[in-house]
Amino acid sequence: MNATRARDALQAGAQGLALALLGWTASIVLFVLSVVSIALIPIGVGVFTTPAVLTLVRAHADRRRLFAAEWADLHIPVPYRPHPRDLRTGITGQVERCTLMLKDGATWRDLKWLLVDMTAGAATAILAPGLLVEGVYGIALAAGLWTAVYDSADGAWWYDFIPVQGWRTAFLAGLLGLFWIVLGLYVNRALVTAHFRLTRSMLAPDSRVKLAQRVDRLTETRHDAVDTSAAELRRIERDLHDGAQARLVAMGMNLGTIEALIEKDPDQAKKMLATARESSAEALTELRDLVRGIHPPVLAERGLGDAVRALALRLPIATEVDVEMTGGRVGAPVESAAYFAVSEVLTNAVKHSGADRIWVDMHHSAGMLRVSVTDNGSGGATAGGGSGLSGIERRLGTFDGVLAVSSPAGGPTMVTMEIPCELS
Amino acid sequence: MRVVLAEDLFLLRDGLVRMLEAYDFEIAAAVETGPELTRALAELEPDVAIVDVRLPPSHTDEGLQCALAARKARPGLPVLVLSQHVEQLYARELLADGTGGVGYLLKDRVFDADQFIDAVRRVAAGGTAMDPTVIQQLLSRRAADKPVGSLTPREREVMELMAQGRSNAAIAAQLVVTERAVAKHTSNIFAKLGLGVHDDDNRRVLAVLAYLDRG
Repeated sequence: MNATRARDALQAGAQGLALALLGWTASIVLFVLSVVSIALIPIGVGVFTTPAVLTLVRAHADRRRLFAAEWADLHIPVPYRPHPRDLRTGITGQVERCTLMLKDGATWRDLKWLLVDMTAGAATAILAPGLLVEGVYGIALAAGLWTAVYDSADGAWWYDFIPVQGWRTAFLAGLLGLFWIVLGLYVNRALVTAHFRLTRSMLAPDSRVKLAQRVDRLTETRHDAVDTSAAELRRIERDLHDGAQARLVAMGMNLGTIEALIEKDPDQAKKMLATARESSAEALTELRDLVRGIHPPVLAERGLGDAVRALALRLPIATEVDVEMTGGRVGAPVESAAYFAVSEVLTNAVKHSGADRIWVDMHHSAGMLRVSVTDNGSGGATAGGGSGLSGIERRLGTFDGVLAVSSPAGGPTMVTMEIPCELS
Repeated sequence: MRVVLAEDLFLLRDGLVRMLEAYDFEIAAAVETGPELTRALAELEPDVAIVDVRLPPSHTDEGLQCALAARKARPGLPVLVLSQHVEQLYARELLADGTGGVGYLLKDRVFDADQFIDAVRRVAAGGTAMDPTVIQQLLSRRAADKPVGSLTPREREVMELMAQGRSNAAIAAQLVVTERAVAKHTSNIFAKLGLGVHDDDNRRVLAVLAYLDRG
């Protein structure tokens, strides 16, 4: 227990030292560079230097966010607004980039943070190693170092508030040093955490920024949702037009001919009746497939769990489905989105993974539906680019759902989806 | 033969009633909701029930659930389930008790009156009537398996028809071969799948279905 405490205090001291040094070097340099660069914008040079300097500032701040997560388990969200994808190149692009960065409230908060970091932030951080060093120094004085530094002609050698001028006062200095070390053992971790709390209060997006981010996200996902549903409607229209509708037209024509033939040539009429029945059966099959693609009947009848079970039974690969959703069904829109997401992931697995077993695990807890699809195939699946997975990601985005893929080369592949929703 | 019919679409219900009456069935009740069906099955003790999977008021799989519950209360109660779509999941639930007297068909099958009536009679007599689509799905899933893969095309055909619940005579008529040839094919199939031979048609069908649905 004491050993761990000591190690932790030492570690916190080292971290505090690093943080303070960063504050006094990088923060100061970057702050000065930023101010100079922004001041140079009117004469043109600044337009080119500012984005570069601000990018460095962001990297510096991101490094601190990383430390906060690693050293103090504090999560500091990243508030920067993304650059639009269609940013132009050349000088106009550079001007646009510069304007965008300056318009972003997060930039100015970063600069304010630099100021705080080089002062209060660094000061808090340096206390951690300071306590330990000061304590060691006090003990060293008591151990005899005082004889080397004390010169009776110059008066007392001050250790904090103790005038060291003999063994008795040196002993007191030693006691005080011990006190500092013990104090350090107890508060060092807290000091580093305090530093990161201060950092978070400066760097984390305020409610306005959060709101803006939320609006951005909603705009994006709404856009995707509208696009997706429009594409779906187009597909359904095309399927109906080329499929069932065309077959019904043909059937109507057939029936007309049969009507004309029924007395003149009953045999021929009979044959055509058989064809007409066949095409009505085909139209039904097509409609059934179409309905399955819009909203699978078993999903409407049984809910998500059984719909995925029924889906698994139709796959050519042995698939185990494990469902844990007690207390009701998820809302219809989420149910449908989750179903099609799982369906798409399973289709991908069947087509590309080369797996011979698939496991689907679905459970709902704490307002979150979690679905994972694992296969024992060859791996190498990616979420980005134009892959089917990015389409799923977009569709889940409408529900604030997320998708993660873990697929090392050689497998296995695991696709995990999370959608916030309530059971009803 | 007394029939209880549950179907919520008026046109289809009406058409089925006419068709069944034309084939000398007696319609004990033609109902349109789940609760009505449950009551009719309990009170009228029909020889066979024809039930649509999806029924009001919930418009979920209410018909199927009513049928399963009624079969639990009266094991072996013949039930023919009709649906706009077929799911192996439902077929499995219907077959689970292993007593027979069940059917599961697409609604399209009523187009062919003779075959449909044949299926109703088979179910009423304690046999089975599985939709060809269900059997094809089952077979395509097992196609990679060695025993199923080793069947000749003809044996596969026979097996498909047998799994649907057809008798040897019906299979022979459909494939235009003699009954003896069909019997030979069936014994080959049972040998290849490693299943014990049953003389009883019905138990034979259930054994094949259980084999296909395994794993």
